[in-house]
Amino acid sequence: MIAELGEIVAEKTYTLTRDSLVRYAGASGDFNPIHYRDDVAESVGLPGVLAHGMLTMGFAVQPVVDWIGDSAKILDYQVRFTRPVVVDPTDGAVVTVVAKVGALTDAEIRIDLTVTFADQTVLGKAQARVSLA
Amino acid sequence: MNPELQGRVFAPTAPYLVGREKIREFSRAVFATSPLNNDPDAAKAAGYDDIVAPPTFPIVIQEATLAQLLAEPDAGIDFTRVVHGDQRFSYTRAIVAGDELTATLAVTGIKSLGGHSMVTSESTIVDQTGAHVVTAISTLVVRGDE
Repeated sequence: MIAELGEIVAEKTYTLTRDSLVRYAGASGDFNPIHYRDDVAESVGLPGVLAHGMLTMGFAVQPVVDWIGDSAKILDYQVRFTRPVVVDPTDGAVVTVVAKVGALTDAEIRIDLTVTFADQTVLGKAQARVSLA
Repeated sequence: MNPELQGRVFAPTAPYLVGREKIREFSRAVFATSPLNNDPDAAKAAGYDDIVAPPTFPIVIQEATLAQLLAEPDAGIDFTRVVHGDQRFSYTRAIVAGDELTATLAVTGIKSLGGHSMVTSESTIVDQTGAHVVTAISTLVVRGDE
């Protein structure tokens, strides 16, 4: 796991469908209907059915896990939810994750994630601190 | 929102037994494809007792604590106005199948900003021996009247 400051260590594109949201609802236990019912999403003023923020947080770190090979090396992982991911019933939503080295010491490395949907970032301060031990 | 929530510590949640199939189900839902998340032999070869949960799995245990917070009679939090602001996990170790986990929630911050309220809480998750596994920190934003 050798990396330089500013280096892109992983990059991956995920296509979310409504099925993905139903699957995540079941796995996580978050059954808020704004994640699967258009009428409910509309009634609370949303632009459409949204992906769970925690689903986006969940897959956004996976390219980092695959790069380091063992998720237990992650010391800390944080995100801010800044924009929603609207999941179209037929086309879904395409979300891109770019993982870059944001800081580096002898003991650990900070990976900064840029997570983009429809040309806008959807997570802020998305960072994973990884142990080099 | 009730400012007196600041500093409040809730009762520990009932123990949550982490199942192997639950980890597989959650892994599939977050597009986690590592053999460590699915294959007990691969996990054991890497030094784990059983398959390893993905990094955001603690949300499943934290969920019970957030339900306690939202249900607190004097909290004054309107569930329909709650938006997830930020989320953080600080790990001592990864969760593996067979862990029996208990979470204790503490409210660490309450503030108001432009008509919205924000409540930050920490759920400290320990295993059956009482050893720390992970702390899950959330900020929930309660939208004000529009």
